[in-house]
Amino acid sequence: MRNKALLLIPAVAALTACRQDMHDQPKFKGLQVSGLWTNGQAVRPLVEGTIARGRLRQDPHKFAGKTGDVFAATLPAGYKADKAFLLHGQRRYNIYCTPCHGMAGYGDGMVVSRGFKAPPSYHIDRLRNQPVGYFFDVMTNGYGVMVSYASRIPVDDRWAIAAYIRALQLSQNATLADVSEADRAKMAGGRN
Amino acid sequence: MAQIFRPSANLLAKSSIVGGAILVAALGFGLDTLFRSPYNTNVRVARDQPVPFSHKHHVAGIGIDCRYCHTSVEKAAFAGIPPTETCMSCHSQIWSDAPMLEPVRESFRSGKPLQWTRVHDLPQFVYFNHSIHVTKGMGCAVCHGRVDQMPLMYQENTLFMEWCLDCHRQPEKYIRPKDKVFEMGYKPAEDQSVLGARLVQEYKVRKLTDCAVCHR
Ligand code: HEC
Ligand code: HEC
Ligand code: HEC
Ligand code: HEC
Ligand code: HEC
Ligand code: HEC
Repeated sequence: MRNKALLLIPAVAALTACRQDMHDQPKFKGLQVSGLWTNGQAVRPLVEGTIARGRLRQDPHKFAGKTGDVFAATLPAGYKADKAFLLHGQRRYNIYCTPCHGMAGYGDGMVVSRGFKAPPSYHIDRLRNQPVGYFFDVMTNGYGVMVSYASRIPVDDRWAIAAYIRALQLSQNATLADVSEADRAKMAGGRN
Repeated sequence: MAQIFRPSANLLAKSSIVGGAILVAALGFGLDTLFRSPYNTNVRVARDQPVPFSHKHHVAGIGIDCRYCHTSVEKAAFAGIPPTETCMSCHSQIWSDAPMLEPVRESFRSGKPLQWTRVHDLPQFVYFNHSIHVTKGMGCAVCHGRVDQMPLMYQENTLFMEWCLDCHRQPEKYIRPKDKVFEMGYKPAEDQSVLGARLVQEYKVRKLTDCAVCHR
């Protein structure tokens, strides 16, 4: 009797081996399909106007790039245009903007060579004279055929990119007088 | 009473013991081969997608960074699949009449997301997190292969537990400098045994093999 019961163990094991219950659990993860809602997504969008704790966007300088009615000429409080910040901006710029605007900002990116409308160069006078808040605004709200990047690039990174664009503009219009004594000596020596 | 077994049955009995053992081994081997074959693992089996999206054209051809589309890969567990708006930032202008892209435009008009076929799919009792791997110097190509050469996405590795553990036991064999994580054709500049040991120290990489790391 006992022996026969023991035989059941491998039999049951053989039966359960093919079940996938734990592989595909009855729960939803991000981006899964659900027939319950009309757009087919299991994940629900936030209710309009929802604000997470600590995410109230009160500061127009930081979140709209504006001081009063005009675009801000400075970075918002809390940001410092030091080397680390600019390098961060460079890395982000190279991901999100170079496909169209090109590495140096002349509007000659790869996608443009495949027929996308060419964006203006950052080094024309009109854009060189724009305050830094303007670039933040273009990224946030888009401009003409360029779509908004607000959903892809967080606010901090957008300011880093804006600062980096300013650095790019300075770099393409620099004169010898902008270079410090020490660096000028190096250039004269032909070293780097 | 007549003999049921002739003397030759002795040989048969003996060889059936060996034969049985061989049969069991062969069955085991066969099952294991089947288990590891693309039939079960889908390794290198390209999947059909609603739009024939080509990483080869977009990554190698136009040089778009992974993060342009997989935006959360550095910050979250989930790498992120781009929403239709991301495609439309270029395809509102280029290839905007191509019939191939009609599902993208339809999705943009109706607000109904595209349904991509999942390629990598771990069982749900396994926890995986992209951000830690990316910040500790594990390149996309180590796990996903040469994505820039895939006209259609396929899975490069089995995603078996032994595959995860192989690296968790000896991360120094696979680690690379952090700024090379997104590079596809990466080759170590110096001997991997020297570089790996140094980077593991520098990035303070632990050897995580506790069950609860992945089964939580
Ligand atoms: C898909 C291509 C594309 C990408 C990617 C892109 N842009 Fe643009 N951008 C354009 C085009 C095209 C224009 C010109 C729009 C027009 O005139 O309709 C433009 C215009 C601009 C302008 C100038 C607006 C003006 O006053 O003329 C700025 C500034 C700008 N983009 C910043 C950025 C930044 C910053 C990024 C990265 C976060 C970026 N763009 C990414 C295509 C792109
Ligand atoms: C132009 C946008 C775009 C870029 C750039 C891009 N991807 Fe993708 N990726 C997608 C889309 C869309 C899918 C879903 C369709 C598919 O599986 O082909 C996807 C799917 C994937 C998948 C499989 C997801 C699954 O279903 O398991 C992996 C892995 C992946 N991408 C890795 C990468 C890597 C690595 C890079 C950078 C070298 C990259 N991608 C660049 C758009 C992009
Ligand atoms: C940064 C711009 C850009 C983005 C974003 C982009 N594409 Fe493309 N796509 C292109 C360009 C440029 C081509 C033309 C390729 C060529 O000329 O080699 C193209 C071509 C295509 C083609 C035609 C076949 C091929 O591969 O050549 C398909 C299909 C396609 N894209 C789908 C998508 C989908 C789906 C997405 C969104 C996940 C997307 N693209 C996002 C720029 C982009
Ligand atoms: C340590 C191995 C590993 C590395 C490194 C890695 N991935 Fe993945 N990736 C995976 C696994 C495993 C999955 C399947 C996750 C699941 O099924 O839950 C996955 C899934 C994905 C997906 C599908 C969406 C998701 O998150 O499930 C995309 C897209 C993706 N990876 C892109 C990337 C990109 C881009 C990089 C480089 C920055 C990268 N991966 C680096 C192992 C890795
Ligand atoms: C190419 C090497 C490599 C592969 C393959 C790999 N990992 Fe990892 N994994 C790492 C490294 C390195 C770390 C970081 C260790 C540390 O924290 O120091 C890590 C960390 C983790 C963590 C810890 C995350 C946390 O928040 O504590 C989890 C979970 C994990 N891996 C799951 C997996 C799973 C599941 C797979 C297989 C699908 C896998 N890994 C494959 C290298 C790898
Ligand atoms: C690095 C991550 C990782 C660690 C650590 C890990 N596992 Fe796993 N485990 C996995 C993955 C991934 C799978 C899914 C393999 C597959 O799909 O074939 C898995 C599958 C399993 C399965 C098989 C379930 C099935 O249905 O086939 C068991 C049992 C298991 N793990 C137990 C353990 C135990 C016990 C430990 C600790 C000694 C452990 N795991 C540690 C990643 C891990």
